[in-house]
Amino acid sequence: MSADTPVDAVELTSTSGASAFSPDNPAPVIEPPRARTKRTPRATRTNFELYGWLFMRLSGIVLVVLVLGHLLIQLVLDGGVSKIGFAFVAGRWANPFWQLWDLTMLWLAMLHGANGLRTVINDYAERDATRSWLKALLYTATAFTVLLGTLVIFTFDPNIQ
Amino acid sequence: MPAGTLYRGREGMWSWVAHRVTGVLIFFFLFVHVLDTALVRVSPQDYDKVVATYKNPVVNLLEYGLVAAILFHALNGLRVIAVDFWSKGPKYQRQMLWSVVGIWIVLMAGAFYPVLQHSLRILFGS
Ligand code: HEM
Ligand code: HEM
Repeated sequence: MSADTPVDAVELTSTSGASAFSPDNPAPVIEPPRARTKRTPRATRTNFELYGWLFMRLSGIVLVVLVLGHLLIQLVLDGGVSKIGFAFVAGRWANPFWQLWDLTMLWLAMLHGANGLRTVINDYAERDATRSWLKALLYTATAFTVLLGTLVIFTFDPNIQ
Repeated sequence: MPAGTLYRGREGMWSWVAHRVTGVLIFFFLFVHVLDTALVRVSPQDYDKVVATYKNPVVNLLEYGLVAAILFHALNGLRVIAVDFWSKGPKYQRQMLWSVVGIWIVLMAGAFYPVLQHSLRILFGS
């Protein structure tokens, strides 16, 4: 070591005899960057992100069938978009199978999309306040949409007039 | 370019950008779509009036665009799942991306007439 090296400088190789690490001359401890410390918030001690990651993949597989099937029925079969109207919807929701189909699609697509948007917001909104506001808006809109859609399926009345 | 590295500004990055853009687009569509469907609880006339906009040829073309976005997001989503869970997924991620693009082109060509038949009938007669 040259004379101007600070006293706490770390020699990174152990081949230079004198400074080799040993029980009497231990290597410095380096904290792993993600080590839990006393100041790590409790809230991060869950596997929420893991379950979110898994949910995106499981819901994605189910949505392939539900959404592509929905598009096939609404836009391709039986004359495409021309046939859609109140009477068409009344005919479809007379069948509990399609009610359950739409209900599952509503919940899975909304939660999948909302969780995806949460990731997008986390990636781009850097200011803490902006991020909180955007997420509050996202969760409000998601809850509103899911509840409204559910209500509409369960209270649909073909003889409304 | 180290072999087997994803997300380094090549196909992997562009497919990720396209997956993100299509996902956000579909989410916004779904929000509006649940609102328009809710009109069945108002009156048949109000519902049919709003559904009429879906039958405008310009909007019909947008629906073809929505199909394009969903087909890409769905096929590429399955590719992402394969990369994560299939032991050979990362090795074949590029081949799978080109398969996604190939299947997407075939399905989009097949969907052209069925999805746009409504507008084609209006514009060019029965
Ligand atoms: C332009 C293409 C689309 C058309 C024409 C269309 C048409 C319809 C129609 C007529 C209904 C009434 C119920 C039924 O017939 O099943 C409906 C409900 C529904 N659609 Fe679509 N749809 C389209 C795209 C989508 C997409 C892409 C999604 C999902 C991402 C979706 C999700 C839903 C859901 C969740 C419901 C139930 C709404 C509720 O609970 O009130 N639709 N759609
Ligand atoms: C059709 C079947 C679908 C499949 C197979 C699918 C698959 C996936 C997968 C695997 C991811 C995670 C990507 C990652 O972690 O890198 C994802 C992300 C996402 N999905 Fe889907 N998805 C589908 C439908 C939908 C629908 C209907 C919506 C909108 C309501 C949507 C919106 C999103 C969004 C916003 C993201 C986040 C994108 C990002 O973080 O870059 N997806 N999708």
